[in-house]
Amino acid sequence: MLNNITELAISPRLAKNIRRNVKERVIELILMLAALSAVFTTFAIVAILLYESFGFFETVSLIDFFTDTQWTPLFEDAHYGIMPLIAGTLTTSLVALAVAMPVGTIAAIYLSEFASHKTREITKPILELLVGVPTIAFGYFALLFVTPLLQIIYPDLPGFNMLSAGLVMGVMIVPYIASVAEDAMRAVPMSMREGSYAMGATRFQTALRVVTPAATSGIVAAYILAISRAVGETMVVAVAAGQQPNLTFDPTEGAATITAYIVQVAMGDLPHASIGYQSIFAAGLVLFVMTLAFNIIGYVVRKKFREQY
Amino acid sequence: MQAQDTQSNKKASVLADLEAVRSMIRRHKFNDLVFASIGLVALMIGLLTLLTLFIDLVMDGYPRFNMQFFSDFPSRRAGSAGLLSAWVGSVLVMAVTFLAAVPVGVAAGLYLEEYAPKNWFSDLIEINVSNLAGVPSIIYGLLALGLFVYGLDLGQSILTAGLTLGLLILPTVIVSTREAIRGIPVAIREAAYAVGATKWQVVSDHVVKYSQGGILTGVIIGMSRAIGETAPIITIGALTFIAFLPPSPVTDVAPYLNFEWLSSGFTVLPIQMFNWLSRPDHAFHINAAATGAIIILVTLLMNGTAIYLRYKIRKNIKW
Repeated sequence: MLNNITELAISPRLAKNIRRNVKERVIELILMLAALSAVFTTFAIVAILLYESFGFFETVSLIDFFTDTQWTPLFEDAHYGIMPLIAGTLTTSLVALAVAMPVGTIAAIYLSEFASHKTREITKPILELLVGVPTIAFGYFALLFVTPLLQIIYPDLPGFNMLSAGLVMGVMIVPYIASVAEDAMRAVPMSMREGSYAMGATRFQTALRVVTPAATSGIVAAYILAISRAVGETMVVAVAAGQQPNLTFDPTEGAATITAYIVQVAMGDLPHASIGYQSIFAAGLVLFVMTLAFNIIGYVVRKKFREQY
Repeated sequence: MQAQDTQSNKKASVLADLEAVRSMIRRHKFNDLVFASIGLVALMIGLLTLLTLFIDLVMDGYPRFNMQFFSDFPSRRAGSAGLLSAWVGSVLVMAVTFLAAVPVGVAAGLYLEEYAPKNWFSDLIEINVSNLAGVPSIIYGLLALGLFVYGLDLGQSILTAGLTLGLLILPTVIVSTREAIRGIPVAIREAAYAVGATKWQVVSDHVVKYSQGGILTGVIIGMSRAIGETAPIITIGALTFIAFLPPSPVTDVAPYLNFEWLSSGFTVLPIQMFNWLSRPDHAFHINAAATGAIIILVTLLMNGTAIYLRYKIRKNIKW
């Protein structure tokens, strides 16, 4: 095309214009390819998890996978029941939420309704710093600081337990809840607060009875996103909660989570395409589906509150 | 007499009512104060934990804070084990991550903000970016294990680890690029178009230039996250006992650059810490604590710089 046009001896200015347009197109294409890398990554994740899990489910039936109460893929007497890992994952996540939900919500109410501009300017970056701390450091903290501390109160607590891992994870998640819930509260129109103040309500009454109910869906979305974080959290539970699959919901026991199992297997030397190798992808698929479900629910709930006003 | 009585009764009851109202207001104000203090405590729990954690790590690990800790290889004896291979590995992996994530992330951000038409295709990309930000890091490790290590046969190498972490921080870089770009007024672009600039000239000479600070902030935050990430690197099967250094990237013979280090085995700081932490021998826990303190210090410094940069940019913006 370009050659044809120059052959037709069109003015050099037009030729230059065409070259320029081609260059613009090429650049746009390159930028688009870069953006497509995100789509590619998602598809690659799904494809790899499905592909390797498919090999796994050729050996293990889905019914065994969800009903067997033991998970011992690397033992002589192999059992492939994912339930103990799911139980461990849910228990640590629930302990974490029990800490993070009240603390995060109160912190959000405080930030949105009580804190002065200056306080907010100082405390929000601090929360961000907390998010940036590597989770392996929190794992150390849970295993060698929080567990010994808990053992003073409760001497029978084993060295690896879900309680201390969950508690530390809870503190880690507080900033997520606080910042999403605060966004939701600040989206509540000022006129609603003013209406409440005009009736003689105090800050606390307004926050509790006007702002919080109006921001419910946003706060719920924050909780759901926090669950997704907790479920996918790896290093704290791998270090502090133990690596023994254990079908229990008692946080004072040790138990492996899905993520801890993947870490444990990856640390060893497993031959490619063995059942043990495939089992971490099957476990990963369950984890991926769980977090995806929570993320989607959270996203939908959050969308909803934005449309309300 | 009777009239006087009723009047004083009225007066008394009004006073009593007033007193009741005042005490109610006092009570409510007190509630406000109580809640404000509880809220401040809730906010501070995070900070206090962080402080306790850092002090704990420093106190446990302080015997190892000396130059030897940085210049020794890992060892079977805790006292002479060091971080040399770990910190060199971290630096090299970060270099790959940076080179992979920053160009792709910034380009993707530019496309989504400046070029993407409003249609299902752009929506698809956007949904994927926000979805990827919520995928647990260990899943990226599984992706890398299946795709990079075995699919593309890159092995358990520095290249694999760098690309994995690059994918992991890509959403962070994309989102911060977009936010930085969004702050630039349309008038700037229109002015450039008006003097005959092409779209790419507008984007490269103006949009990128004015959003540099914001992009840099996002890149620093992403890189600091990558430094501390442990799970995906463990999943690709990084070795934990590395008593050698990768081949040097710079050589003294032409062409002075050597890319063998990309395919070398490696370990990084958080993996080394995890390895020491999972040993029963307490002497190794001291090493783990010292490593943890170093990692936290590095990530806090990076995050602090990023937050400060953002604050500075916000203050200095004069369109």
